[in-house]
Amino acid sequence: MTENIDLTLLDWSRAQFALTAIYHWLFVPLTLGLSFLVAIMETIYFRTGNEEWRRITRFWMTLFGINFAIGVATGIILEFEFGTNWSNYSWFVGDIFGAPLAVEGIVAFFLESTFVAVMFFGWNKVSKKFHLLSTWLVAVGSNLSALWILVANGWMQNPVGMAFNPDTARNEMVSFWAVLFNQVAVDKFLHTISSGYLLASIFVLGISAWFVLKKRETFFAKRSMLVAAVFGILASLMNAYTGDSSARTIAKAQPVKFAAMEALSEGKTNAGLIAFGVLKDSENKIGETALKDFIFKIEFPSFLSILTSGDKDSFVPGITDLVNGNTGYNVMSFEEKKSRGETARKALIGYKAAAKEGNIRMRDSIKTIFATQSFQDDYFRYFGYASIVKAEDIIPDISGTFYSFHFMVILGFLFIFLFVLALYYLFKDKLVQNRWFLWLCLFSMPLPYIASELGWIVAELGRQPWIIQDLMPVSTAVSNIGSGSVMATFFIFAVLFTTLLIAEVSIMVKQVKNGPQH
Amino acid sequence: MKFGHQMIARFLNLYIDGFRNLSSWGRKLWIIILIKLFIMFVILKVFFFPDILKVKFDNDIKRAEHVRDQLINSPDNHD
Repeated sequence: MTENIDLTLLDWSRAQFALTAIYHWLFVPLTLGLSFLVAIMETIYFRTGNEEWRRITRFWMTLFGINFAIGVATGIILEFEFGTNWSNYSWFVGDIFGAPLAVEGIVAFFLESTFVAVMFFGWNKVSKKFHLLSTWLVAVGSNLSALWILVANGWMQNPVGMAFNPDTARNEMVSFWAVLFNQVAVDKFLHTISSGYLLASIFVLGISAWFVLKKRETFFAKRSMLVAAVFGILASLMNAYTGDSSARTIAKAQPVKFAAMEALSEGKTNAGLIAFGVLKDSENKIGETALKDFIFKIEFPSFLSILTSGDKDSFVPGITDLVNGNTGYNVMSFEEKKSRGETARKALIGYKAAAKEGNIRMRDSIKTIFATQSFQDDYFRYFGYASIVKAEDIIPDISGTFYSFHFMVILGFLFIFLFVLALYYLFKDKLVQNRWFLWLCLFSMPLPYIASELGWIVAELGRQPWIIQDLMPVSTAVSNIGSGSVMATFFIFAVLFTTLLIAEVSIMVKQVKNGPQH
Repeated sequence: MKFGHQMIARFLNLYIDGFRNLSSWGRKLWIIILIKLFIMFVILKVFFFPDILKVKFDNDIKRAEHVRDQLINSPDNHD
C-alpha cells in the first residue's frame, strides 16, 4: 500500500531536522573543546600549585558549565524526530543506529551524573588529584559521547558492517568493528572534534582579548590566550589533516557529494583544486537540472587529482560521469545502479508475495539470496536507486555545497593565521599595543561557529537525496504524518532554542563581565 | 562494604552541599535546565513526538510489513 507523501511534509520534516541539528550544534563544539582547555589549565595548576591558574581554571570552567547546562539534552530532540518524522528510516536502520546511540546515552548519563558533579561541586571537597582526574574524564567522556553520534552519522554516509533482513525489513549489524572503524566515521569524528577544539580556542582568545582591551585581568587573559593559541594551532593542524583525509574518503564513498563540493561538472585527469570561485548556471543540463560553470576561479592545477589519489594523472569523476557513467574510467551510471536497485526491490517484492501466499520454500530461498554477501554488495547496496525516478534527482544542491565547503576551508586558514599571530604577539609581548588584533580576536568569535555549521551543511546537503547513502532516499524515510504538526513543532523548536541561546549568551556575558573570582 | 557506603554518602553529600551553595546564576541555570527538560520530555515528547510505528501498529510483524511496503512502493515509484 503506497501512502502518498506530499512534498510539503518532506520539506518541513527536513527543515525541522535542520533547524534542531543546527541549534544543537551551537552548544556541542564548545563543550568538546573547552572541556580539554579547562583540563589543561587545571593540569598546570596541579603541577605548579600557582593559585592564579586555579582562578583561570575556575573562570573557564564556569563558562563551560553554562554552555554544558544549557546545551545538555538538546540532541535528544533529534532522536524524538527520528521516531515521529522519520519512522521508516528508524525502523530500517534497526540496531545499527540504536546501538551507538544507546552507548552514547549510557556514557552521557554516567558522565553527567558523576564527574561533572565532582568538577563543579568538588573543589576543596575531593583531593586535587581526583578533581583533576574528574575534569579530564569529563573532557574525554564528552568527546567519546560525540564519537557514538558520529559513528551513527558516518554509517548513514557510508553504510557498512550490516546485512538487510527482508523478514524484519531491517538492517542487522554483522560487524560492530566495521561500523565503528568505518573510514567515514573515523574521519568525521576526528575532523569534528578538532573543529570543536578550534572553536573553543577562539572562544578563549576572544574573551581574553576583551579583558586586555578593557585593561582588566591582563595576566589572567595573557595566560589564557597562551593556552588557547597553542591548543588552537595543534587543533588547526589536526583539523586540516583530518579535513584532507575526509575529502579523500568522500571522493570514494560519496563521489557525487565530492563533485558538488568542487562544482566539478565534467570529470578530468589533472583535475585542479578550486581555492575559490563564483558559479553560474551552465548550458549543460542533466534533465531539468543545470550544471555549474565558473564566472571566475582561483585554481591549483592538478591538485585535486593528487589529493584524491596521490597521482596527478588520476581521473576525478564529475557529476556528468557519475550520472551518465564513464566506462573508460569504470564509473557506474545512474541507470546501471537503478537497474541493480530494481533487482533488489523485485527480490523484496517476491519475498513479500511468497510470504503472503505461504510459499515457505520460495520465501526462504529469497531470504537466503538476501543473506549472501554478493547480493548485498552487488544489488542491495543500490537499493535506494529503485526509488529514484529521474537521474538528476541524485544531484545535490551544487551551489550550496560548493560555497559552504569553500567558505569553511577559507575560515579554517584564517584561524591558523589568528593563532600564529596570537603566539607571536604573546612571545614578543606586543599584545597590548596591537589593539586591532585584540579586536580581531573578539570579532572572530562567531566565525568558528559559522565554519562548523558550514561543515555540517556540506555533509548533509551534499549527500541529498540520501538519508542513507544509496540505500534510502529521504522521501522513503519520512513518516506520513500531517505536515501541520511538523510545522507547529518547527516553530516551537525555533522559539525554544532561540530562548535557550539568548539565556546562554546573557548568563555568559554576565559571568564574563564579573571576571575571574578570587 | 563500609567503604562503599562511605563513598556513596560522600558522593551524595557532594551533591547536597553543591546544590545548597549554588550561586544566584547557578540557581538561574538550574531553573532553565528544569524548564527545558519539562518542555522537552513532558510536553514535546508526550504530545508532539509519539513513536509513529508503535502508535499505528500493534506488533513488530505489522511494523515490518508496513516498512517493507514503504520500501517496495516508495513515493517516487508509481508503477
